[in-house]
Amino acid sequence: MSETSKMSRKQRIGLGAFVAIAFAVALILGIFISPFASESPDGLERVAEDKGFIQKAEETEQVWKHSPIPDYEFPKVKNARIATGLSGLIGTIITVAVAVAVGLIPLAIRKSRKRSGTISTDET
Amino acid sequence: MHIPDGFLDAKTSVATYIASAGTVGYALYKAKEELDEKKIPVLGITAAFIFAAQMLNFPVAGGTSGHFLGAILAMTLLGPYSGFLVMSVVLLVQCLFFADGGLTALGANIFNMGIIGGFLSFYLLTLVKKPLGRFGERKSLLFSAALFSWFSIIIASAACAIELAISKTVSFGIVLPAMVGVHSIIGIGEAIITVIVLTVVIEVRPDLVASFKSAPSLPYGGEGVV
Repeated sequence: MSETSKMSRKQRIGLGAFVAIAFAVALILGIFISPFASESPDGLERVAEDKGFIQKAEETEQVWKHSPIPDYEFPKVKNARIATGLSGLIGTIITVAVAVAVGLIPLAIRKSRKRSGTISTDET
Repeated sequence: MHIPDGFLDAKTSVATYIASAGTVGYALYKAKEELDEKKIPVLGITAAFIFAAQMLNFPVAGGTSGHFLGAILAMTLLGPYSGFLVMSVVLLVQCLFFADGGLTALGANIFNMGIIGGFLSFYLLTLVKKPLGRFGERKSLLFSAALFSWFSIIIASAACAIELAISKTVSFGIVLPAMVGVHSIIGIGEAIITVIVLTVVIEVRPDLVASFKSAPSLPYGGEGVV
């Protein structure tokens, strides 16, 4: 059906380059752009303020103190833009690490199922 | 729309935790049909990109901001199960390290943004994309992704509103129109970012867009599971 588009659409860059560029874009957004993001309340916060239930979250503010970098402000860094950029850097790296670890679980499940004698229907 | 601690009552918190934990378990099992070793780095950077992009609050009307969610982007790129896992990882990291979304509300946040804004919206996307196929694979994907990434924000915010009402934090009649109203604007930003990223990836590596069907993907076809 869409064979023409299949033919005309080639892989323009290698997988390694794609991953490297995409990671660089993520880091640039997280480190250098995030400090300039809007500081206005988001949709839910705005509704909570307008409709008068924001205090329900503020009452439980204590729970927040246990997170290492509350509200994307790296602690003890005076400059707010640097504090946010640092959080972006750290968060982006943590996210990659956790995502890769989680992504390996399905692969491990597949391997263990193959090994445990699930009859392979591989026809390749 | 990350729900903080204090907005949900115990029953809502527990019920959404159970639903989300069960879905994470199922997705870990099903994602083996979507993933292979080569896709793992792509999964990692998709999560990183979504995390970073979610930090970029853009202003919308009346002193309010919104930010990218990324559920439809993750699911169209990686497949629904892997995309759901990516969203769960991002929400987990935000909750544990940045206090963005409460620990007691993590189940609800995964439910809203991964299941309702994710699986449900992606399923509707596939229903709409199919009959549009005669306009070409690229156009049908970009159009349905634009529509349902916008929709995903609205339906996720509606789910959030329902949970707040069930928790008796605020009345349903007040919170639903307010949440859906502001998120119908935020969703426009979602659609723009989703379409831009999909367009770029289709241009340079169409094989890395799982929903772009003319791409020679199918890393794993075994076991006859549809």
